[in-house]
Amino acid sequence: MQGFVRYLRRNTSLVVGSALLLFLLLFVVIGHFIVDVEDARALSVRPLQPPSWRYPFGTDRQGRDLLAVMVAGTPLTLRIGFIAGILGVAIGTVLAFVAAYYRGWADTIIRGIADIGLTVPGLLVLIIIAVSIRGGLTVNQMAIVVASLAWLNPTRTIRAQVLSLRERGYVEIARMSGMSGPAIIFFELMPNLLPYLAATLVNAISSAILASIGLEVLGLGPIDAPTLGMTLYWVNFNAAMINGWWWWWTAPTVIILIVFLGLFFVTVGLDEIANPRLRKSA
Amino acid sequence: MRLIDITKRCGVFVVIIWLAASLNFFLPKLSGQDPVRSKLLQQAALGGYVQSGIDDMVKVYEARFGLDRPLWQQYFSYIGDVVQLDFNYSIANYPRKVSDMIAEAVPWTVALLGMTTLLSFVIGTVLGALLAWPRAPRWMAWLMPPLWALHAIPFFLLGLILMYVFAFQVPWLPIFGGYSMGATPAMTLGFVADVARHAVLPALSIILVATGGWALGMRGMMVTTMGEDYVTFAESKGLSSFTIFSRYCLRNAILPQITAFALALGQILSGAVLVEVIFGYPGIGTLLFQAIRENDHFLIQGVVFTVIVALGLATLILDLVYPLLDPRISYQRT
Repeated sequence: MQGFVRYLRRNTSLVVGSALLLFLLLFVVIGHFIVDVEDARALSVRPLQPPSWRYPFGTDRQGRDLLAVMVAGTPLTLRIGFIAGILGVAIGTVLAFVAAYYRGWADTIIRGIADIGLTVPGLLVLIIIAVSIRGGLTVNQMAIVVASLAWLNPTRTIRAQVLSLRERGYVEIARMSGMSGPAIIFFELMPNLLPYLAATLVNAISSAILASIGLEVLGLGPIDAPTLGMTLYWVNFNAAMINGWWWWWTAPTVIILIVFLGLFFVTVGLDEIANPRLRKSA
Repeated sequence: MRLIDITKRCGVFVVIIWLAASLNFFLPKLSGQDPVRSKLLQQAALGGYVQSGIDDMVKVYEARFGLDRPLWQQYFSYIGDVVQLDFNYSIANYPRKVSDMIAEAVPWTVALLGMTTLLSFVIGTVLGALLAWPRAPRWMAWLMPPLWALHAIPFFLLGLILMYVFAFQVPWLPIFGGYSMGATPAMTLGFVADVARHAVLPALSIILVATGGWALGMRGMMVTTMGEDYVTFAESKGLSSFTIFSRYCLRNAILPQITAFALALGQILSGAVLVEVIFGYPGIGTLLFQAIRENDHFLIQGVVFTVIVALGLATLILDLVYPLLDPRISYQRT
């Protein structure tokens, strides 16, 4: 325990990142107790009220209580990120292990697709997909759409890691002692990659949230869900900036900032665990 | 680089184009949408006219857009058109051609992106190199935290904040558009200055974020490079610190940055689309945004395809130029 605390004191990024995310969690949990989430729907409260004691974050033009929108919307946005990120890393891990451990034609194909896919601007492909399945995307469908490209980056980076790991001595020993391929992957390679996988996962969640907010700002999100990106869509739709309704965009902007900064610092912290060589420079 | 490698790389480019075109063609078909009918119904709802004639109208329009032929015929004629960058008419702005609308928007985006990408790459790389350099001025260490924080933010979010501070609170810069309303686009000094003033905030929101990314990457590479034996050797030879910095460290550390450049282009573009939307900047992003709003499938497809081709071309050129920059790489052993 003491060692753990001492480690955390050195790994400030991890502490800062976790603190930011924890703060967000507390905000959502406590928020559910003090505000009626139903007020996140349009036409619930008086429109366009600046922040006051009654509505600490103000209300928007369609009559949503912005505090309720944030409390209800933050978990939705995070959910999209988590579903898409976990799916992406899971698919990416499987593909990366198949490619890097077995090599051969499977590697050629998987690496080829990942390399080509990564040079294409992801948001635009997602737009084409989202436009094709319009007719009201739900939050979960949104996550699936984002996940359809979320595996590319994990596949590429994890594959490179596995390639270097599989040449290590202990893998050689396991192979010589007759361990099967899947067993080596699960019991020898996977445990050593765990910190790295965790960093990749946080990174993937962050990219997925970014992609989902991008789609939402363009108007391709779940129209009736109060996610952070949809709030920004309405901000843009109603020209809240030019009209001087500053509270409307301040709340989602600050929360999105906290989300991205929190995830970023956690990634940096996990990277430090996964790759001790970084410590020299820190 | 041998001829066969060049051919192979160009082959990949052609595959990207073909995949993008096919995706564009089949995805909307798979969803069973009928762009013409939905557009007509939408207009009928808006104008309030009777819907009995709509089926006939759909037939006429489908014939005009070539949507009444068998699927494989449509596919081949689509591929044929797309190769010539002909994306049919805009459904929402008929009779304007999609390709004309794109051609109008492209220069704006190319100017904005070209400038910001180049500036952020150069500033970020130099900054990152200096951040890792022990003999750099002390105050530079203070740049690290803000660079890190900025790097984690989406472009358009910073754009919103900048817009509020510098265009709304302190109205130094225009808040919206690519040029002042009422200004006639012409190659006069006044108009160019006007355009430049409008580009400052969108450009700044891209540069500030992207610079952080390049700086972080470069700093990491510099730290690794400075640990190399040849740098220690150069130091013990008594070479000047500037020579070691520029010719031994910088030159070697910069190569992975250039590789990363190809991958970063797509991300920068995805982010820039949203910046354009936020600022109403008249480039590809805003055009795409309008197309999505008006459910204009041909326009959406045209924009997406054009961007994929343009980026594919850029990465192709980058890949072909790279061996010239790094003599260690020849395509002979890949």
